[in-house]
Amino acid sequence: MKTLAELEEIRKRTFDEIGMRTHTDYTRVVVGMATCGIAAGAREVMNAFVSEIQKRDIADVNVSATGCVGVCRLEPIVDVIDKDGKKVTYVHMTPEKVAKVVLEHLANGKICLEYTLQEEE
Amino acid sequence: MQLFRSHVLVCGGTNCTFANSEKIIAAFDKNLVENKLENEVKIVQTGCFGLCEEGPIIVIYPEGTMYFKVDVKDVQEIVQEHLLKGRLVSRLLQQSSEAVEGEYAIEKSSFFKKQMRVALRNCGVINPELIDEYIAFDGYKALGKALTEMKPMEIIKTIKDSGLRGRGGGGFPTGTKWEFAAKQDNEQKYICCNADEGDPGAFMDRSVLEGDPHSVIEAMAIAGYAIGANYGFIYVRAEYPIAVKRLQIAIDQAKEYGLLGDNILDTGFKFDLEIRLGAGAFVCGEETALMTSIEGKRGEPRVRPPFPAVKGLWQKPTILNNVETLANIPVIMLKGSEWFASMGTEKSKGTKVFAVGGKINNTGLIEIPMGTTLREVIYDIGGGIPDGKKFKAAQTGGPSGGCIPASHIDTPIDYESLIELGAMMGSGGLIVMDEDTCMVDIAKFFLEFTVDESCGKCNPCRLGTRRMMEMLDKITKGKGVMSDLDELENLAKDIKASSLCALGQTAPNPILSTLRYFRDEYEAHIRDHKCPAGSCKALLAYEVIEEKCVSCGLCAKNCPVNAITGSKKEKIPFVIDQDICIKCNVCFEKCPAEAIKK
Repeated sequence: MKTLAELEEIRKRTFDEIGMRTHTDYTRVVVGMATCGIAAGAREVMNAFVSEIQKRDIADVNVSATGCVGVCRLEPIVDVIDKDGKKVTYVHMTPEKVAKVVLEHLANGKICLEYTLQEEE
Repeated sequence: MQLFRSHVLVCGGTNCTFANSEKIIAAFDKNLVENKLENEVKIVQTGCFGLCEEGPIIVIYPEGTMYFKVDVKDVQEIVQEHLLKGRLVSRLLQQSSEAVEGEYAIEKSSFFKKQMRVALRNCGVINPELIDEYIAFDGYKALGKALTEMKPMEIIKTIKDSGLRGRGGGGFPTGTKWEFAAKQDNEQKYICCNADEGDPGAFMDRSVLEGDPHSVIEAMAIAGYAIGANYGFIYVRAEYPIAVKRLQIAIDQAKEYGLLGDNILDTGFKFDLEIRLGAGAFVCGEETALMTSIEGKRGEPRVRPPFPAVKGLWQKPTILNNVETLANIPVIMLKGSEWFASMGTEKSKGTKVFAVGGKINNTGLIEIPMGTTLREVIYDIGGGIPDGKKFKAAQTGGPSGGCIPASHIDTPIDYESLIELGAMMGSGGLIVMDEDTCMVDIAKFFLEFTVDESCGKCNPCRLGTRRMMEMLDKITKGKGVMSDLDELENLAKDIKASSLCALGQTAPNPILSTLRYFRDEYEAHIRDHKCPAGSCKALLAYEVIEEKCVSCGLCAKNCPVNAITGSKKEKIPFVIDQDICIKCNVCFEKCPAEAIKK
């Protein structure tokens, strides 16, 4: 027999997993997954995002794929778009960098400036 | 629990299952493994999305992209393009929609924009075979609230204040019904769910049971607590195998979680239920016949009063609620009666699910706030009439209801306005008819159904409906006389007044309402021996208009019985031999010069 508290626990746990089906105010992590991105290692980057987010139990974030934005030399490119639509673009991502972005940006709201596009002077 | 970045929801309702959705799921499983996506993407079989015309339908989250008419061979492309590379497969998006770049979410399509999904809130969102997914969207929270925070009378008051009325047809206030049963002093009471959906073309109850079975179970437990019942029956037609299967899975899971059985949620409340299968008799949707059938006897109605709330199953106080009514209960409990009462019209609160069929582009299942006009349903949500034909009438309430003619297309749909028009809400079947539909023939179609389904217990229904059908048959064959119309009307009123149960009492409705709005069509059949819609075969004669005939020979070439002669070479106009013609309409359709009249 389940108690109300156990029911609430199931609700939370399952909602984290399937809430994306109705919930709209999510932070979105969009990974460039065109041929150029995949060749540069975007699949590993994307998988790293999913597993890091799960590991740190961060709610309200979803990960999706997108096409090529045209700067193939910077792939793998990842956009993090917060609930208000503000976008941060990370370039040349690797699974190691992902761990840091998840911890600092997604969990603590601090942008990892060193991985963003640094315009050459 | 594993986190997936993307969920692919495949419709597992009856219509889409029929259209191969199970093979699509298998193809997804295979393709995901081939592309090594099986740990990133989750395939979920879910309930009906409502757009059955465009099925099988799949929706991919988090984007909310909806793909239509998906075939097994499209799966590979969807996996490689959408799931792997994040590119839309645009050829499978809704063709008619005025979709703007980036706005492919299902909620934005014209079909969904005007809808408000309350009873169908979880259909097409959760996997109905997993209780955890129901719980995730606040499932069984209402039951917890009822058992721990509310007294039975408070629950009844909430339902009463919400203004919820029976969605199975009658429109009786649900809270009042519960109150009657609660006031009965009896140790044994029962809760029944009427899932014997029998109207031709109606399938909203099936979709709720298939897409969200737990909402019905939860509502029945709440009802049990409110009136003091500890046992329930769900009476569902055996013709709904998927619904029955998912319902049984849901009951088993609820029992496993202790949400059914003894001491629910550790509150000491006890409630259990079982499924009873109906054998396909339409009359068993009538509440007294349904109870007689559950008791193991021949499904025949009995006289009311006593009403079931006083003497029902095995003479004990019993509540009967329709599936859709029950599906509304948990939401009302959580969001409050005021929230529910804020939707709809003065006397009809909330939303209503309609199964839209017939001559309309988007056949399927829709849920709209009460008071939405028929025009919005047909043109905005339904996408209009195919082939640019004219809207003639809509039949609501199936064989028990009546038609709403085009002149009343701006009537807001609620219980009262439909009854005023001579139709009724019924369970929510909505059949759209265009200019090619003969109203006499439609009345005959529905009457044939009730003649077949009359249980035979009372004379007015058993004999009367048959006599009415014979008269209609005579009229559609051009053998009627004018006095038939008055006789038909009188007989219809007598049957309405004297039949034992709602089946007989409502059976004359299609005749009365078509007589009311389309009496001229009846008269044309009798006086002129003509069917104005060109649909009654016995009254048709196909003829070639000589001046218009271009002697192309297409009619003769396509005639299945070689009734048409003429010559293409010698430019002799074609003629139809009336003795051979079977009135199949092929020549009429094929003629490029519109030279054939009927």
